[in-house]
Amino acid sequence: MATIAPPRVARRNATRASAPPAWLVGAGVLVALVGLLPIAYLLILAVAGGGDAIAAAFRDRTLGVLGRTLLLAATVTTASVLVGVPLAWLTTRTDVPARRWLAVLTVLPLVVPSYVGGYAVVAAFGPRGALQSALEPFGVLRLPELYGFPGAALALTLFSFPYVVLSVRGALLRTDPAFEEVSRSLGRGAWRTFFTVTLPQLRPAIAAGALLVALYSLADFGAVSLLQFDSFTRAIYVQYRASFDPTLAAVLALMLVTCTGAILFAESRIRGRARYHRSGSGAGRPAPIVRLGGWRWPALALSFLVVALSVILPVATIAFWLIRGVSAGEPLTFVWGATLNSVIASALAAVLAVVVSIPVAVLAVRHRGFVGILVERATYAGFALPGIVIGLAFVFVAARYLPWIYQTLPLLLIAYLVRFAPEAVGITRTSLLQVSPRIEEAARTLGRQPGAVLRDVTLPIIRPGLAAAAALVFLTAMKELPTTILLAPTGFDTLAVRIWSATSEGFFARAAAPALLMIGVSAASLALLLRQERH
Amino acid sequence: MSTPRRRLLPIATLVLIIAACSAPAASTPAASSPASGDAITVYSGRSEELVGPLLERFTEATGIEVDARYGDTAEMANLLLTEGENSPADVLFAQDAGALGAVAAEGLLAELPSEILDRVDERFRSPSGEWVGVSGRARVVAYNTEALAEADLPASIFDFTDPEWSGRIGWVPTNASFQAFVTALRVLEGEERAREWLEGIEANEPNVYDGNGAALEAVAAGEVDVAFINHYYLFQRLAEDPNTAAANYFLTDGDPGALVNVAGAGILATAPNPDRAARLVEYLLDTDAQNYFATETFEYPLIEGVEADASLPGLDEIGTPEIDLSDLSDLDGTLQLLQEVGIL
Repeated sequence: MATIAPPRVARRNATRASAPPAWLVGAGVLVALVGLLPIAYLLILAVAGGGDAIAAAFRDRTLGVLGRTLLLAATVTTASVLVGVPLAWLTTRTDVPARRWLAVLTVLPLVVPSYVGGYAVVAAFGPRGALQSALEPFGVLRLPELYGFPGAALALTLFSFPYVVLSVRGALLRTDPAFEEVSRSLGRGAWRTFFTVTLPQLRPAIAAGALLVALYSLADFGAVSLLQFDSFTRAIYVQYRASFDPTLAAVLALMLVTCTGAILFAESRIRGRARYHRSGSGAGRPAPIVRLGGWRWPALALSFLVVALSVILPVATIAFWLIRGVSAGEPLTFVWGATLNSVIASALAAVLAVVVSIPVAVLAVRHRGFVGILVERATYAGFALPGIVIGLAFVFVAARYLPWIYQTLPLLLIAYLVRFAPEAVGITRTSLLQVSPRIEEAARTLGRQPGAVLRDVTLPIIRPGLAAAAALVFLTAMKELPTTILLAPTGFDTLAVRIWSATSEGFFARAAAPALLMIGVSAASLALLLRQERH
Repeated sequence: MSTPRRRLLPIATLVLIIAACSAPAASTPAASSPASGDAITVYSGRSEELVGPLLERFTEATGIEVDARYGDTAEMANLLLTEGENSPADVLFAQDAGALGAVAAEGLLAELPSEILDRVDERFRSPSGEWVGVSGRARVVAYNTEALAEADLPASIFDFTDPEWSGRIGWVPTNASFQAFVTALRVLEGEERAREWLEGIEANEPNVYDGNGAALEAVAAGEVDVAFINHYYLFQRLAEDPNTAAANYFLTDGDPGALVNVAGAGILATAPNPDRAARLVEYLLDTDAQNYFATETFEYPLIEGVEADASLPGLDEIGTPEIDLSDLSDLDGTLQLLQEVGIL
């Protein structure tokens, strides 16, 4: 790839890592330690369980399940990049019709809980789903097998590709168009410029989004169970549910942690150590809008297809439950209290996650020492672990040693942070990569302290990225189930728990109103947050 | 430079307002001060949809406030096992006897007074008195009424291993009631017959559902012809959609497929309010609550004098197999068998 011109040029001007201020290191290490707490808990359980548990975990079948799960994660990640990158480009850089709507709608699937999305996929594409009914007049009595790998891959891709969209959107909005203009003025065509200049610049953002998709696929339980795919996380749940023995589950979870480590390593290799900011003088400015001309409508049609499958399909399924139930006399209840609780907890988690992501990202990007890299990688520990593992780890620690915080909102928020901070860290980090340290150095030479530089210079520049990071955490915290069930204050009613408890008993009509509320509130919040992307 | 800052300010203000609003929410949980007030804490593995109104009735009847934490039964049991002696909970209200047994086995449940235990047939309670069943749920074969008539269904659960059922069966091997049924199969018919049955069904390539609700949904859609689930899911489905193309088929004559499980309750040994907790368990076995189970959740009442819904065959008609639920404690053996056969 000798053509990655901009990063190559910038690299030569790279600053050597300077020693980070003590408060920054302190904040980063604290975040990392809390993030590693679930793994410490798992290690304690596994060691206490001894060799038997480890031997039991390494059965042939376990390894087979692990292999298939990794294959699923790889498939979903690839598919999400293929869907997400073009959508991000269309909604930021082109004059595709209804661009602002598409921007919200292509991120919204993140809020569809997988235990609802899974039902929607089955209702549409299942052996006797809506598609089959539509095709029955043509003699189609059964569709090709959805259950298993294809269905799980489809459902996970539909509800996790927005990780890539959000991450890449931010990068596209901030990328300096000068690089592309130079390429064009030197005679390269639009396509070649995209593939040799724009795409390589997006590499860290794509890698960050893909990483979240991969880890999400490993940790998901709802979609894989509804689509009858025997995944590794399902195996962990089976241990908890059937044998009530946390030891074997702990060993299995540690195997998952090991895989996460391998994926993190792969991501850091893909990302590389290149710089992605402009190195010379001059001011960054928004990229010009690409005129799609005759391609506008085909582009809209393709985007609409993705939105139809990932947003409209679940909403239609929920609406169907609602209408069927209400017409049979089921009461329609809007749970405003639960809605308020969900919004408060998710909004606080979003703000906290963004705040926490700043020192971690600054350490990793600006100082790049051993500590910085370690801290940044450690925050990812929680994301690939099933929620029940993280929830029980905090139950273990807090119920025993911190009873004053146990079953309070602050503890729930800390658990949300461990689970979702990586989403914010990834985006904040890629945003920071695109800010030239020269600007910060200029502020320093003008007499500002490092903290003031961060507040007055760096953060305002990366504000679009911070908004996207907050959006991401907000949406995923809204639907989070296991940690909420285990750690929320007793009686703290949330939409996620409402929806799940109704669907799990087969009360689909009663799940419908909270599910629509959740999607509606999230869409509104998302529209607000995405407005922050523009300067 | 001033534009971005002007926009940051309202956001920061909004966050502060939200944080301020949520402060009271953070300080309300009773867990931090278990001794204060009259409230008892219930960990409910049964959903709010099913038992929320019942707990409200209890509060109305006794004036005792209830703080309920709702979740999956297995999650609630794991929660208690992880909390150990530090649990703020008074009562565990569980979907199945297996979870109650697991919590009791760790010594976390207190022995219930005999006047509570004696209200229920011995079959439906812990022999050492740590938990008591409060409502019964029968295993059934749910079938699609467009594909099958009741007369087409075989007399025994063993007949479903016949290749004629290939590709037509749905089951939920991760479900606690299913696992209790497999344990019953092992106890009644022996390890070998149980293994044969599992292998026979597995050879018929059943669809594996995530829960009983999803399995019934598949039966109604005609995705599979039959599914092995609990009886009461059908009634919720009918309430939402009277045209549901599914019905329950009850096996009889002591067939293991006719097992009756219970949802039950136990009081934590560390309960901060043991007396008020006992009032709740008593109430669950009172005529009022038993009628609620019969009419609202379509389960079997377990005390004398309260009848099940008229559309259900009586417990004596079903001819439940001769087995005590406490004989079904060997869940580990069942799990191992399911793993050996390659089902889990």
